[in-house]
Amino acid sequence: MNALLQVENILIRFRSKNRIQALLDRDRDPFIDAVCGVSLDIQKGETLALVGESGAGKTTLARSIIGLVTPQEGSIRFQGQELCGLSDRAFKPFHRDIAMMFQDPIGCLSPRLTVRYLITEPFKIHKVRNIDVRAEAKRLLEMVGLSESFADRYPHQLSGGQARRVGVARALALSPKLIVADEPTAGLDVSVQGEVLNLLAKLQDETQVSFLIITHNLSIVRHISDRMAIMYLGRFVEQGETGEIFAHPHHPYTKGLLAANPNPDPDKPKDQIELQGEIPSLMTRPGGCEFHTRCPFVQDLCRIDAPPVTEVESEHWISCHYPL
Amino acid sequence: MDMTNNFTARVKRSKFLSLLSRFARDPLGLFGLILVVLMVSSAVLANWIIPYDPIALDILHRLEPPSMAHIMGTDQLGRDVFSRVIMGGRIALKVALVSISLALSCGLVLGLIAGYGPPWVDRLMIILFDTIRSFPTIIFALAIVTLVGPSMNTVILVVIITTIPVYGRIVRAQTQSMKNNEFILAERAMGAGMPRILFVHLLPNIIGPLLIIASMDIPAVVTIEAGLSFLGVGIRPPTPSWGSILNDGYSFIRNTPWLIISGGIPLILTTLGFTFLGESLRDIFDPKLRKDI
Amino acid sequence: MTNSIHASVLDIRNLSVEFATNRGRLKALRDVTLTVPNEKIVGLVGESGCGKSTVIFSILNLMAENAVITGGEINFEGRDILKLSSSQLRDLRGDRISMVFQDPMTSLNPVLSIDTQMIDIQFRSSISKAEKRQRAVDMLTHVGIPDAAHRLKSYPHHFSGGMRQRISIAMALLAKPALLLADEPTTALDATLEAQIVHRLRQLQKDLSCSILFVSHHLGLIAEFCDQVVVMYAGEVVEAGDVRDIFHRAGHPYTQALLECDPARIEEKTRNLPTIPGDIPDLVDFPSGCIFENRCSKRFEKCRISPPLRYRISPTHTASCFLLAEGGAI
Repeated sequence: MNALLQVENILIRFRSKNRIQALLDRDRDPFIDAVCGVSLDIQKGETLALVGESGAGKTTLARSIIGLVTPQEGSIRFQGQELCGLSDRAFKPFHRDIAMMFQDPIGCLSPRLTVRYLITEPFKIHKVRNIDVRAEAKRLLEMVGLSESFADRYPHQLSGGQARRVGVARALALSPKLIVADEPTAGLDVSVQGEVLNLLAKLQDETQVSFLIITHNLSIVRHISDRMAIMYLGRFVEQGETGEIFAHPHHPYTKGLLAANPNPDPDKPKDQIELQGEIPSLMTRPGGCEFHTRCPFVQDLCRIDAPPVTEVESEHWISCHYPL
Repeated sequence: MDMTNNFTARVKRSKFLSLLSRFARDPLGLFGLILVVLMVSSAVLANWIIPYDPIALDILHRLEPPSMAHIMGTDQLGRDVFSRVIMGGRIALKVALVSISLALSCGLVLGLIAGYGPPWVDRLMIILFDTIRSFPTIIFALAIVTLVGPSMNTVILVVIITTIPVYGRIVRAQTQSMKNNEFILAERAMGAGMPRILFVHLLPNIIGPLLIIASMDIPAVVTIEAGLSFLGVGIRPPTPSWGSILNDGYSFIRNTPWLIISGGIPLILTTLGFTFLGESLRDIFDPKLRKDI
Repeated sequence: MTNSIHASVLDIRNLSVEFATNRGRLKALRDVTLTVPNEKIVGLVGESGCGKSTVIFSILNLMAENAVITGGEINFEGRDILKLSSSQLRDLRGDRISMVFQDPMTSLNPVLSIDTQMIDIQFRSSISKAEKRQRAVDMLTHVGIPDAAHRLKSYPHHFSGGMRQRISIAMALLAKPALLLADEPTTALDATLEAQIVHRLRQLQKDLSCSILFVSHHLGLIAEFCDQVVVMYAGEVVEAGDVRDIFHRAGHPYTQALLECDPARIEEKTRNLPTIPGDIPDLVDFPSGCIFENRCSKRFEKCRISPPLRYRISPTHTASCFLLAEGGAI
């Protein structure tokens, strides 16, 4: 298996109390687990979608892949090389191969710098010499469908869609092999979302770049991803090929998520499943199967025992005692 | 409500003209601008404006009230007060500009490092800043003077040391609030190191409000200098200083009130001018206060 | 409680609003006409820059300082509220007309407990404090806050975003208004929460017999929740009708294109999602013809020259497009 990215049993914890508070509260384990034992892999030229509600741990996981967060346990291998535990300096060359696009399209661009500076900054950071900055800026803007006149603009002079594309251009500067996109369509109008997504698809066709797309917008996941993983409270509850999962979701949570994104048709019958309540806080994790508090099919076993990961079909894993 | 988000064509408008037009709407700001321009130009052109040598003695004509020959009268040694006031203004401005710009640069760098660097560096800086800030300026000045002796450089040194912590704290606070902004995370995700993040991305976003705060400190420094010179621990005679003119006026108040008036009025006008100007600039550059889009 | 003398609780006619900017006058709303009938839910759909938030804010006169109402009337229960004095308008706000805002994180006062805020908002009522508290508890339970009586003393930051939005809705409905204005109340929330909150709102609307003007850009939600729909584009109403008219028989090319773009509607996986190319025109210096002309796939010569009128497609359905001119203008 020569996966581009291989993530195995990642555990990411954050301290919830400082040492003195923990002592006073007699709390032996003053941590919250944001990501617990997650494994995934991404092949070259493939798109994996990471799906779940806010607070599921998707962004934390993505940030660990790009080196902004250090996992306590587990391994992240990129092209066979271990990324976990690398110092900032040792990680630096990997920033050329793994790029990230952030959620806030304008907020992720440094406000006082021009688009030209922003999209060519990766060259400066990685000390790539003999670069004609103007020409590179033009090339990158063209790749994302923006005219050269945008090079002189400032972030606040861009619309949401334009700023997203500048973000893509910047991510492409050093021809990365993997792009992590955090909510690429957040804040974009429906008529404009397609532009960004079509662009990403086109780039993948041309350059074989892989994508890890984080989103809670299930309606786009069907079109842009080859495989998907559904996350709940830091764990994967279902993982597999996208078309398969949309056609036959096996986990009640997946079914609930799909039901919450219906086809906009006033006459379409309402799906029976409707998830109630909200995702519990990470500080008060339910026992047994962590989804049992909201599961419409909950049974006694679910409250006591955490379900193991089982392969229900080829390359389709779920974590549930009573799969649908 | 930003309606202009989707427009691709942007009308180019001279930034300078729109700045001036905004000024015109604020009479106090305009007044401040005029005063500041007056003060700065008289300081710059001092050598050409002064009718007399500010330290030339003329005992025969001491303590005279204003006249055609001496617009502001003469002091106890017969020196022309007007010339001394103009020169004093020049010196006040020099002290203010030198000390504030040095304090600004040091405070900026220290504050950036405190705000962005590792927690132990931050704690060290805070201890340093707060220790210095807990000394009252005048007492501190007296201590330094005892060590170094009174002079213009003493004044500058005192101002720098007492002002660095103030700017440092402001920069540190701004840095800390900005360091988790998405664009900083994006830079880290690209592999940018600390120097780049501090100086290319954080500094330009912090310096705007800081410059305005610093410009409003100019009158404060001028007053500190005047105060120190008044006490005799600042600029030494015969070099003119507004503080020493005030001191002389205080001693000779029974002979003539004109010395105090001539020393006091420029100080008041300078303080007013810079304060109004600074506030006006701050309102102009704060987009949330603007009434038009 | 609605006033049954008038058929519509809200009747906006030819509303025009401009903003003074340093580039000139930005014509944010032009001749906007829309109606909210008694006890109905009307969805206001549109994308960024269409002016839907401006419509909401102009009803309550909560607009920015540089906004100018240049024409039209806003009839609430038969009275033109644009002609009311500010104190008369204040009497209406929170009592007959309530609002729920978009951002659940900032629409509640962070330093007051929920208890205080919910009792405070009932200031017009002359019942005792204990009764007010009980009404607050009842309403909170109604919107789905578990264990409401015990949670009254908590502060906003103790609640999640979804909970806060429910509290905002509870507060807005405490006074039993005739009209509830909801400006994208679920946009900041996950889809699963959206569905739950919207279902609660529907239930509450039936129980309280009020009308709702629901602003959103989420087509799926509008289809499920609203009785009637108004579609806006760049400051104008381009289409209005029953929810089935809009979703099954859309008349205006913009509405049709918008529906086509919704990825939830597209069952087959595709790597080439439809979009509406181009941008909305400059609202300071806008074109003389149809406002959608530069992006319309069905345009013809007349579209660039003069703006279309509102044409009737059916008794319940109107659209502003020359292609529908045979229905007759309104």
